Amino acid sequence: MHQLQSESPQAQPGTAAAKLGRAIVLTSGKGGVGKTTTTANLGTALAIRGARVVLVDADIGLRNLDILLGLESRIKHHLLDVLEERVSLDDALVPGKHGDNLFLLAAAQSREKDEVETAKMQALIASLRERFDYVLIDCPAGIELGFRNAVAGADEAIVVCTPEVSAVRDVDRVVGLLGNRFRPQLVINRLRPQLVKKGKMLSVEDVNAILRLPLLGVIADEPAIVVTTNKGEPLALHKETQTGAAYHAIAARVAGEDVPAPMPPAARTSLIERIGTLLGGKRA
Amino acid sequence: MIEFLRRLFGQPGSSATAKERLRLVLMTDHLELAPEMIDAMKRDLVDVISRYVEVDREKIDVSFERQDRALAMLANIPIISVNRPNGTAEHAAPVSEAPAAEAPVAEAPVAAAPPARKRRRRAKKAQRAPASPAPAAAH
Repeated sequence: MHQLQSESPQAQPGTAAAKLGRAIVLTSGKGGVGKTTTTANLGTALAIRGARVVLVDADIGLRNLDILLGLESRIKHHLLDVLEERVSLDDALVPGKHGDNLFLLAAAQSREKDEVETAKMQALIASLRERFDYVLIDCPAGIELGFRNAVAGADEAIVVCTPEVSAVRDVDRVVGLLGNRFRPQLVINRLRPQLVKKGKMLSVEDVNAILRLPLLGVIADEPAIVVTTNKGEPLALHKETQTGAAYHAIAARVAGEDVPAPMPPAARTSLIERIGTLLGGKRA
Repeated sequence: MIEFLRRLFGQPGSSATAKERLRLVLMTDHLELAPEMIDAMKRDLVDVISRYVEVDREKIDVSFERQDRALAMLANIPIISVNRPNGTAEHAAPVSEAPAAEAPVAEAPVAAAPPARKRRRRAKKAQRAPASPAPAAAH
């Protein structure tokens, strides 16, 4: 079983290394829970806050982060080009579309995860930390070599979990594998308040009663995410939306600000449910 | 109308099922007992019980449960016959709690759950226990 993590969001690690940026791996074990979406939005929000951010797509062979950022047509070089010293880091970093704080280092699409050398990956992340305030590493699903490589250079972890039995189980496993060193914090993704209210979905409390991790925030499952993914514009660009604001709140918490963990708006109560409550009916 | 009322008052949601499944699956995950080990344990358990009663090896169900901080292993072992395998019989039913002729199923809780809970579970399980394939042999 895993250990309880410290309550507060982290300050910059180690005062001695104050100049170094923070390397945070986003992971989940299970695929399809929203790691890449979370990486893109958190990175965008941190960059809007003024931090210099690089997003590293460590999902070798299944490059996706470029799509979510709308940068797919601008990728000329990738992670393995840099690791194998075919191009310089500067040539491989792709600037984001909005502002000049955000950069992407894309994954190699036609290569395999086991072609990455762990030590080289570590060295790369270390050199990125010298140049950026945040290095966010988008980890592939699974717990094999791809996971180990993605995690190798990181010193913190954010785990992304959906309110599903399989996702929670996998996060539990991943947190066990990560151990204490990464002080994992939790983002719960794709919550549907209406279903939770009806007792048809695990609640935030249910999930974290098991995982017991510091909660960064909760993101609702909403159509806008699909739309923004279609367009390649992270929702965090739209701070006026509920979910955009939630990503900004998560970014603020990651940066160490003492703001509350964002929660999706409570489910609306229908007239018939209100009558039910009035009559003493009990919701499961 | 009943359907309408049921909807009005809400029915127990599937999140309770999800929670329970999650709890159990994590428990076994954390046990870190290899499945082979659990199988071996099951076999040994059955071998011991088989010295006294004939059990249905196919239908044995071993599970782990936690209450508070105690982990309990629950074994549900259907008894086919109280005849001892060696042919003597009749009085021999030391594993089952109820008189053997009436009890097709013996629950053998192995570990640390508090007694009150064990009994409750046993009662519950006995109710939904499969009928004894061979009528329990009180000749």
